[in-house]
Amino acid sequence: MNGTTAVFRRELASYFVTPVAYVFIVIFLILAGAFTFYLGAFYERGQADLQPFFTFHPWLYLILVPALSMRLWAEERKGGTVELLLTQPLSLAAAVLGKFLAAWSFAAIALALTVPLWFTVGYLGEPDHGVIAAGYVGSALMAGAFLAVGSALSAATRSQIVAFILTVVVCLALLLAGLPLVLDAFRALGLPQAVIDAIASLSFLTHFGAIGKGVLDLRDVLYFLVMIVFFLYATVLVIELKKAD
Amino acid sequence: MIEVLNLTKRYGETAAVADVSFRVEPGQVLGFLGPNGAGKTTTMRMLAGFLTPSEGAARICGHDIVMDSLAARRRLGYLPEGAPSYGEMRVGEFLGFIADVRGMQPARRRQRLEDVQARLDLGGVWRQTIDTLSKGFRRRVGLAQAILDDPPVLVLDEPTDGLDPNQKHEVRELIHAMRDKTVIVSTHILEEVEAVCTRAIIIDAGRIVADSTPQALLARSRYAGAVSVRAAHPAVVRDRLLGIGGVAEVEVEGDRVVALAQPGVEILTAIEQCLRADNVEVFELSRERGRLDDVFRSLTKPDTRAHRPAWHAGQESPA
Repeated sequence: MNGTTAVFRRELASYFVTPVAYVFIVIFLILAGAFTFYLGAFYERGQADLQPFFTFHPWLYLILVPALSMRLWAEERKGGTVELLLTQPLSLAAAVLGKFLAAWSFAAIALALTVPLWFTVGYLGEPDHGVIAAGYVGSALMAGAFLAVGSALSAATRSQIVAFILTVVVCLALLLAGLPLVLDAFRALGLPQAVIDAIASLSFLTHFGAIGKGVLDLRDVLYFLVMIVFFLYATVLVIELKKAD
Repeated sequence: MIEVLNLTKRYGETAAVADVSFRVEPGQVLGFLGPNGAGKTTTMRMLAGFLTPSEGAARICGHDIVMDSLAARRRLGYLPEGAPSYGEMRVGEFLGFIADVRGMQPARRRQRLEDVQARLDLGGVWRQTIDTLSKGFRRRVGLAQAILDDPPVLVLDEPTDGLDPNQKHEVRELIHAMRDKTVIVSTHILEEVEAVCTRAIIIDAGRIVADSTPQALLARSRYAGAVSVRAAHPAVVRDRLLGIGGVAEVEVEGDRVVALAQPGVEILTAIEQCLRADNVEVFELSRERGRLDDVFRSLTKPDTRAHRPAWHAGQESPA
């Protein structure tokens, strides 16, 4: 546990010594605001809720989260520090977890900075605070799942750009898994309905949508947690596999 | 203590390290020598638990590097090749991070950080970002990281690579001060082996080709016991030396004439007397202990022995 905490603290601090953290936070806040007020028509709807805010989170994360996760392991491999880190008396799982938690905390900080929006809607009307709280939980969970995917793909390459692009593509596939665009492609392959349903159930959008409506179903929460654990485990495997070169 | 038994690492068909076995006791400083790509770094990476061996085993203080990896790593200080560190961190933060990862208790942490700060003279750069440091300081930070936990075993991959002579000297002094530990140092600088190592292993194409003390390796050189003469007229000296009993071969390097001795024969006195008797003008006369680079070359590349003009005793010298 010592090791995880040390890695977590180093990693989180490293976001803030470079401009990356501030650029990320500013862009996240600007885009979140712009999407909510212009695309989401926050005022025009005349409803006191944050639906227009959360609706765009999957798309915002699709671009911004890979930018956060791309450096997790690719940078360590490129700089050779991965050798330094993994020869310390520290399990690989502890290192992977520490780094992931740091990235996730950072994303949570960015998300927490949007709370004034919650106050705004509270000032303007009588929103259902439970629904909004559920939205924040769901959004944070989804960011975690994106980050876990990014962590695994960042471990697969020493190029941050490649890690970024791969993560965007995989996350896009996971987002769209429930849409006809993806499902029709699998149907064309002649897969049985059970498989198609399984793919559809992997969709981030479906699970996030449910939470965003204020239904904090244990299955949706579990879905994101399982995704996180699965991709972190994949990260461990990928690092083991790629250490040699 | 480090025990290595039939350690092998294969990449596909090729073996980067093949069947390497050795044992290093506390108090020994083992020099790990070999041409680039011979398998030095791969061996060290396996010892440090970064790479998994394809075959064979190794133990650090009795802990297997695969089965009991964490315990082995806890007893090991490792300087990876190129001394990588987190460039955006300050020196003190970086070493503090290593202390935390290794789970050092607050009192010991403070005491050890102070110790390495003094030992490696890092006080002046303690608050500086590692990226802004010179190569020598970065290497020192890497060394500080390796000895921070005061581990009984040190594995240092090219600790003096790219340093200037003063810095090299400092690093050697440091290794010297670590003599009570079990130390492996890889290098391709041969003088270093003589300077710091009690034992040397030469590895070529993944295999051990020599395992001995630096002195014994020197004795294997063609130049062991050779006599080197610097004179105004090398050609004259050469002709004289060829006539002396016990001289196997004579080489001319500029104004220096080197007489190679037949194995086990001391030729210095004979040469000195001969030159004095004939009144040959000599600037300098010295006996060589042997040349490590010569041994190194002959062991790692047997076909390409250095070609210099050489005439065998009894042969007619060319005009």
